[in-house]
Amino acid sequence: MPFRPGMSFRIEQRREMFRGLLYLSPVLAVAMTVLTGFVLFAAMGHDPVLALYHFGISPLLSLYGVSELLVKAAPLIMIGVGLAVGFRANVWNIGAEGQLTCGAIAAGVVALAFWEQEGVWVLPLMCLAGAFGGMAYAAIPAFLKTRFDVNEILTSLMLTYVATLFLGTLVYGPLKDPAGFNFPQSRMFTESALLPIVLAGTRLHFGAIIALMIAVAVWVLMTFTIIGFQIRVLGQAPAAARYAGFHRKRLIWTCLLMSGGFAGLAGTFEIAGPIGQLIPSITPGYGFTAIIVAFLGRLHPLGIVLSGLVVALSYIGGENAQVEVGLPQAVTGVFQGLLLFFLLASDFLVRYRIRLVGAVAG
Amino acid sequence: MKITATRRNFVLGSAAAAGALGLVGPRAFAAEPLKVGFVYVGPIGDFGWTHGHDQGRKAIEAHFGDKVKTTFVENVAEGPDAERVIRQLASSGHGLVFSTSFGFMNPTLRVAKQFPKVKFEHATGYQTAPNLSVYNARFHEGRVVCGTIAGHVTKSGVVGYIGSFPIPEVVMGINAFTLAARKIRPDIKVKVVWANSWYDPGKEGDGAKALVDQGADIMCQHTDSPAPLQVAETRGIHGFGQASDMKAFAPNAQLTAILDVWDGYYIQRTQDVLDDTWKSQSIWWGLKEGMVKMAPYGPAVPENVRQEADAARDGIISGARHPFIGPIKDQKGVLRVAEGEILSEKEIATMDWYVEGVEA
Repeated sequence: MPFRPGMSFRIEQRREMFRGLLYLSPVLAVAMTVLTGFVLFAAMGHDPVLALYHFGISPLLSLYGVSELLVKAAPLIMIGVGLAVGFRANVWNIGAEGQLTCGAIAAGVVALAFWEQEGVWVLPLMCLAGAFGGMAYAAIPAFLKTRFDVNEILTSLMLTYVATLFLGTLVYGPLKDPAGFNFPQSRMFTESALLPIVLAGTRLHFGAIIALMIAVAVWVLMTFTIIGFQIRVLGQAPAAARYAGFHRKRLIWTCLLMSGGFAGLAGTFEIAGPIGQLIPSITPGYGFTAIIVAFLGRLHPLGIVLSGLVVALSYIGGENAQVEVGLPQAVTGVFQGLLLFFLLASDFLVRYRIRLVGAVAG
Repeated sequence: MKITATRRNFVLGSAAAAGALGLVGPRAFAAEPLKVGFVYVGPIGDFGWTHGHDQGRKAIEAHFGDKVKTTFVENVAEGPDAERVIRQLASSGHGLVFSTSFGFMNPTLRVAKQFPKVKFEHATGYQTAPNLSVYNARFHEGRVVCGTIAGHVTKSGVVGYIGSFPIPEVVMGINAFTLAARKIRPDIKVKVVWANSWYDPGKEGDGAKALVDQGADIMCQHTDSPAPLQVAETRGIHGFGQASDMKAFAPNAQLTAILDVWDGYYIQRTQDVLDDTWKSQSIWWGLKEGMVKMAPYGPAVPENVRQEADAARDGIISGARHPFIGPIKDQKGVLRVAEGEILSEKEIATMDWYVEGVEA
């Protein structure tokens, strides 16, 4: 129908929706992003094939490249899987960044307390402390939400900044390396406090393997257990959940503690893995990026493994493209933005359609 | 391993081989240009710190032409990402790598151990290795000149100071500035707001506004964007540029700027690698060596103040004046440096206390 004055676009829900398309839309979004990238690179005067090759393919062609991808994706996957459980139940933990930091602090304190001490128990103790640190920090929004009905989005987000400043206070103060010229960083952890390397000559640590195991475990939990069922019902039909007698508060606690614990463990793996000490900022925003990862992965634990890898690739590919073809760093952000935009657009178009209609009287 | 063979603009030969093996010397084939890599903590468009280093990179290109090829990676987070980026530069045939932020120290050290034939240069750190040098500039010497000017120009006697992180380099700058300013006017107060970031124009600007509201009529900064100086311009007060000449952002407000001039050092070190005379070293250069320079004075600096500022600068260059000469009292009024005594290099480099007059 040709567009004439007085006509308007109307958005209406599709009568028939193919569930399969919802799972296909991330694939579509990736394809559209690559296509747009092609045009973008060409417009910038770069060889688009070469640029895309260095952005998306060449980082995957060496064993070292793949190991780096896993190292970068591990915290995103772990945090994303935990957050997705909450998101399914309409529990919006936005503060994984802070829970990660608190977990790292707790684990770091353990590592430094047993500095230069041999013992196979140091690392497990750090993991326990890290997970507990993250859970304890997530318990604050959980308590405020269940006791006073305070919005967990606000509390968890704002507590992130508190955690970062607390970490700063520690590394500028009591945890500062005595031989470190007063620079804000702790001692380097000793052998017992470092994660074993899975692949010699790379930084692929055991934590990355655990991240994958956690994704599988959460998938089992969500698919085959009563608690998983309850969480899903709470999100999709709160009234039905109440009618069925599910304990809403207990489920909220479960969701927040689980996501906080995984985030804390992710922080532990960062400091016991690639970083090897406490520094003023443990994470370049993993806790926030994991929110994108969770949605890109359709809030499905196994989908999140894939989306975590894709997002990690966008970071590593961005660096690679800077080194190899001289693309500006902003391309990374543009790519991630495009990806999210196309994902939301395809999600929307799967559910709704846009129709051109005639002028509405009145 | 790289497998692009058909692309004309992709250097395959030895660079890819070096990348694959990781240990082959980058200059195995003399005809090939030396690849020099830079790792930046901020964007090259910060018009401050990273901009200054990027000028140095361009100076290398202009000086050596076809003999070198430079690469840079900007906005690299201090942490695990840095190690990957540095390693990638080292493994993709770069013979010389400059990593230009303190937080890159341990990552650079780790990569340096894995690539003994690649030369590394780390700015502002303290760890060296046979193939890892450290270099830094005595920015605090420039702060003495700024402090001298501020002592004359301020009316309220309150100076605002946007700090990044309370690391020694920043602390010594605050102290050098405060000592010089109080030498002119002993009642000056320096109020510090921490941005907890090297580059966050929003936070830096907000901090500056808060300080102006608290009565500051001079704005100093140890962060990398021109935002604090822009606030000074719009609020009609004065301030100092950081790391690069920021006159364009604050034509009336900028009194002068501390310029980081890396060109000479970068060209020298590149030449050393080309000549195979590169040796690990630790340098800390200032006004005397030209690594720190002062931008031309702004319109708000009167003639007599210009002369005093010049005298302060010349005094430091000749050695007649020292930024940290006693008597120096700390915040609590305790005498830390006795009359006529001079702080040692190590005491300056590890400074973690503030002089009298600082409110941090």
